[in-house]
Amino acid sequence: MSKKKTNSQDRWGFKESILTFIPGNSTFGTMRSRQARTGFLFILPFVLGFVFFMVRPMFTSVIMSLSYVKLIPGEGYDMKFMGFVNYKNALGTDPYYNQYLVEEISRMAINGIATIVMSFVIAVILNQNFKGRTLARAIFFLPVILSSGVLAGIEKQNEFYDMMAGMAEAVGKSSGVNISAALQDLLSVSGVGSQVFQVLFDMIDAVYDIVMASGIQIIVFLSGLQSISPSLYEAADVEGCTAWEAFWKITFPMVSPLLLVNTIYTIIDFFMKNDNRVMERINTIMYGQQMDFGLASAMSWIYFGVAILFIAIAAVIINKGVHYYED
Amino acid sequence: MKTEATLTRREQKAKANAKRDTKYVVMSKIKKYGVSIIRGLLLFGLCFMIIQPMIIRFCTSLMVESDLYDSTIVLLPRHVTLDNYRIVADLTAFPKSMINTLWTSLLVSVCQVIACTLVGYGFARYSFPLKKFWFACVVLLIIVPPQTIQTALYVQFASFDFLGIFRAATGKPLNLRTSILPYVLMSLTCMGLKDGLYIYMLRQYFKSIPKSLEEAAYVDGCSTMHTFVKIMLPDAIPTIASCFLFSFVWQWTDLFYSRNFLSGYTIYSVQLSSIVSRMSRYFNKGSDAAQVVPNARQQQLIFVGVLICSIPLIILYIFTQRTFVESIAMSGSKE
Repeated sequence: MSKKKTNSQDRWGFKESILTFIPGNSTFGTMRSRQARTGFLFILPFVLGFVFFMVRPMFTSVIMSLSYVKLIPGEGYDMKFMGFVNYKNALGTDPYYNQYLVEEISRMAINGIATIVMSFVIAVILNQNFKGRTLARAIFFLPVILSSGVLAGIEKQNEFYDMMAGMAEAVGKSSGVNISAALQDLLSVSGVGSQVFQVLFDMIDAVYDIVMASGIQIIVFLSGLQSISPSLYEAADVEGCTAWEAFWKITFPMVSPLLLVNTIYTIIDFFMKNDNRVMERINTIMYGQQMDFGLASAMSWIYFGVAILFIAIAAVIINKGVHYYED
Repeated sequence: MKTEATLTRREQKAKANAKRDTKYVVMSKIKKYGVSIIRGLLLFGLCFMIIQPMIIRFCTSLMVESDLYDSTIVLLPRHVTLDNYRIVADLTAFPKSMINTLWTSLLVSVCQVIACTLVGYGFARYSFPLKKFWFACVVLLIIVPPQTIQTALYVQFASFDFLGIFRAATGKPLNLRTSILPYVLMSLTCMGLKDGLYIYMLRQYFKSIPKSLEEAAYVDGCSTMHTFVKIMLPDAIPTIASCFLFSFVWQWTDLFYSRNFLSGYTIYSVQLSSIVSRMSRYFNKGSDAAQVVPNARQQQLIFVGVLICSIPLIILYIFTQRTFVESIAMSGSKE
């Protein structure tokens, strides 16, 4: 069995990678091998970091999520293997976790799609020639700075914010000041599919969050738009293509590879935000009175699993419609 | 007769043409202006939405407490005061926490940028076995939220022990949670805040530099390190600068890593995140009766804290706006 393995071709490059670093064999002194060693030296910081600060903690975290962790002050911690109890507790016993999980994920699905569409539209507008374009671009990129880290969630953590939001809603409903609420009433009275409109109005109400979350995406789309060669549009124009057709036949397919990048970025960005209630819940369990590290790890892993699932689904869907342009 | 008729016909034709032309010109003008008006309105609305909270925060931050409850005041304060800034400075240990934030952010982002430049260059320019595997690890680094491993990292650094050396020497594992050392170590090994993204950006840039530049240097007898420092680095300075700026800005506002690894230092973002809980203690210092800080007042003080945090960043952004935007544009265009 082992003989067969060594004889089979070196598909993953393991053998080669080992031979590169062992002096005395035939490949050690070659240029290729020397180059490989230099290259590996360059990425060595990453390799070390990945092994010690990523793989190892991940491994510990998986074990922790499967066991009961007891912290001993000054001494470290004690672990007792329990199987999947923590996962069961996270999904079944914890009063808030699964509710927050479902809420945040549905919010992400709606806001994520809206973010992608919105940033694409804004990028198309910002790609046109008009006065004050530089200023507009600068302003649209501002949220990357102003809604990062602690600045993103701090104002919403306040009870006052919740109260004000509730009051504004109540006032808007009663007096019709709130435009989206008034429209909503109008449409629901006329009996048009209220479910669809509910989603739409939630989106309109969340437009501030969406714009604040789309800084990087706008710039990425913009760069894609700028890399399209103008000769394509000229050729289309000569052939009698209208601007609308040119948009769907040239602009959209050429930018579509960036759709995947932006979708993944949006999903990750959403999952890592501070104002995310699932993240808040995990932090409460970790640093709060419970100090239950096992449960917190299990919750993080469930959350990560959901994130990966979403990225995979998005990747599959988008990859079907993407057109890769070969230069 | 005949000529007259043709003339008139020609004239009529010309007239019709002119009419059609003016109609076309007018229509296209209307279309053009219409588009630009709609575009202007849309952009103005969206830009206003982004900037408006800053304006509200700034105006609210200057109000006296009684102005907050006055319903006739919408935006401009009636009594201007800078007292709120003094209170928030007290609450967040202002000069000290800001200085700490400044030097830790600088240190960490310098470490991150050095490490990521090396790694990005290695990925862009050399071929070595398992390269695809390691690059997949970089992508994994971008995707995995650090929150997933935070518990394990917490434990790892709370009882740090390298191959059992410290336990053997002192009988106790080392608690590194209060020192900045673990975080610097992580930044130097590309495991800090959003390091995967910086590696990716720098790799894209190094890939775009023509290979002949390096080959010429090698032919002339330049060593690997010499080529890297003298030829590749000067070319890459704009991208490196933008990575540094991103890293600095995100580190400045970061809560997650600061809370986990820099708990030994008073960092502004951590102070800001817990400002509400410190407020009631601050206002109750003088009186015996426990008095609750009104919600509007809390919100106002949070506004002030956010402003203090973001003003240095906005000033930085005004001067370095091009670097920020162009680097992202470049790394995006070469997917």
